[in-house]
Amino acid sequence: MSVLIDESTRLCVAGITGREGTFHTLNNRNYGTNVVGGVTPGKGGQDVEGIPVFDSWADAVSQVQPNTAMIFVPPRFAADAILEAAAAGVELVVAITEGIPAHDELRVYNTLKRDGHTAGTAGSGTRLIGPNCPGILSPGKANVGIIPASFFKQGNVGVVSRSGTLTYQIGNEIARAGFGCSSIVGIGGDPVPGSSFVDVLELFEADDDTELVVLSGEIGGSAEEEAAEYIAENMSKPVVAYIAGFTAPAGKQMGHAGAIVSGSSGTAAAKAQALEAKGVRVGRTPTEAAAIAVEVLGGASVSA
Amino acid sequence: MDLLEYQGKQLFARHGLKVSQGLAVTTVEDALIAADEVGYPVVVKAQVLIGGRGKAGGVKLAANESEAREHAGNILGMDIKGHTVRTVWIEHASDIASEYYASVLLDRSAKQPLVMFSVEGGVDIEEVAERTPEKLIRHHVDALAGLSHDEGVQIARDGGADDDVVDGVADALVALYEVWLEEDATLAEINPLIVTPEREVKALDSKVSLDGNALYRHPENQSLSDKENEDPLERRAKEEGLQFVKLDGDIGILGNGAGLVMSTLDVVSHAGGAPANFLDAGGGSNAETIKQAVDLILANEAVKAVLVNIFAGITRCDEVALGLIAAFGEIKPSVPFVVRLDGTNDVEGRRLLGEAALPNVHSAKTMNEAAEMVVALAAGQSVGAVA
Repeated sequence: MSVLIDESTRLCVAGITGREGTFHTLNNRNYGTNVVGGVTPGKGGQDVEGIPVFDSWADAVSQVQPNTAMIFVPPRFAADAILEAAAAGVELVVAITEGIPAHDELRVYNTLKRDGHTAGTAGSGTRLIGPNCPGILSPGKANVGIIPASFFKQGNVGVVSRSGTLTYQIGNEIARAGFGCSSIVGIGGDPVPGSSFVDVLELFEADDDTELVVLSGEIGGSAEEEAAEYIAENMSKPVVAYIAGFTAPAGKQMGHAGAIVSGSSGTAAAKAQALEAKGVRVGRTPTEAAAIAVEVLGGASVSA
Repeated sequence: MDLLEYQGKQLFARHGLKVSQGLAVTTVEDALIAADEVGYPVVVKAQVLIGGRGKAGGVKLAANESEAREHAGNILGMDIKGHTVRTVWIEHASDIASEYYASVLLDRSAKQPLVMFSVEGGVDIEEVAERTPEKLIRHHVDALAGLSHDEGVQIARDGGADDDVVDGVADALVALYEVWLEEDATLAEINPLIVTPEREVKALDSKVSLDGNALYRHPENQSLSDKENEDPLERRAKEEGLQFVKLDGDIGILGNGAGLVMSTLDVVSHAGGAPANFLDAGGGSNAETIKQAVDLILANEAVKAVLVNIFAGITRCDEVALGLIAAFGEIKPSVPFVVRLDGTNDVEGRRLLGEAALPNVHSAKTMNEAAEMVVALAAGQSVGAVA
């Protein structure tokens, strides 16, 4: 198994006709993902390398029944594209778009919530992953987004991360040590992500193929602290963490819109402390986090 | 994007929040003209994006022209914690009966707007929150419905506002919420929100942060913020579309992806070094971006060595290598570089770099090794493995 995407994924892409959208859609298809369509208003009836393009999400849903949407449109159109895909009944929306205004993200999150799309249980409406995220990869099964699949192998480590490239770094170190991943989920670095660490941890806990989870966090907000609480109360599987931004100065935005420390909360030290207080081992470098994961897995496979 | 006090107040006024009439000026002569216009007594207020202006002597009351001349002269050009005062705000002094506090911000944890109100304004609100949390009212707003006047009244009552100004406070809260919502602010704060002896509710100060991602909706706000006090390198980076933050160390950092760059800063610090900057060249950065980034890093004279740490996904390592080669061709850096390339097209990237045989460029296999090498090089030690 894996989480969120697999062989049953039917992907439809908003922004498929854009340069980046086309490139990554075809990449995803080459990996083996079942790409059933694309949506670009005004370009319905066209096709991208044989993938049919529709004017609206309603059209796409009625004609090719996608269960997963990928959002690749510019920031100013992204909020409406997400809501339109959800309204059309697509179960999973993965928003890659970077630079969406925070107020739009707030509106999207609360509209999905109001309309009964909870991020919790499967089959209860639309789940949003991202925005400003690299997407999801279930090695050997499906790839939705921009994660370079060649650095990951199929296996039993679940990875959930706020950062893209940092995920590649950690995942690759795990792969070099001979281990693979069940799924890699990028939740994004923005202030109001559709899904949080807790939402994805819940999925990994329920996934038979995941034996251990690597959580990669960063400064800003309190999602890591909330994850620590959740892990202590609800997770039977081991979780290893890494937090980026120990040396980030307060009050400065470090690239990600969410990565800004204000006041005393949200620091990397506070997050590492919160996680360690709940028994989660935290690597001080990505290499150390991967090494801890490998150590734990090594022990697990010997005892198995 | 943080606004100066007077810029925030201009936004407040646009949404019907009461502020004192005032003018922003940059010379003593203009300060006196402004004072005449708003009428004595006036307050001369330094416009800088840093707290503690009052304690630093950046806020002064002037009863007449000679006092206004003296204060404006002292405050203009004053250094407040590294910020040079280039603008002062002159406003008519207000009589104060009470000092309250009000703010609207995005509560990331609750994923809702949060309105905060206290009758203990005029002081550091973090202290109020810590010592007497019951005196700081926190009210979550339904993001889709907005803040109603009735809710504002309830917040004012819960916070203990004087009965005769409950309506005025509610009006101020609704207007502040409107500023936050319609201007795409992430924070809109008033401290103090004053009640005058005439029982008028007025914003005496402002602290507003706007969402840079939403500026396309607000062309009129694009010229705001404290341009003069912006670091010149950070301003240049912004113009070139690079994510750059200047730091105090001597090791230049170039990476792709915010998380990986933050992590690189940590790993370099862990190895005993001090990063000179945060620079995220972004996903899909091409040769031109890399060249601009190298140029920007080396414009900081404190830099003694540079670490290029790339894990390429959308980015391609061969593009990064070509950018470095182009940068070396034009800039001819005098400091050593350590380059670690992993990910898409890494073999090709390393081959290109090897063939170019750039002077004083060292290749590292892992992030940790790269950090150790660059720390040694910055300290003037030699390392092996020239690319």
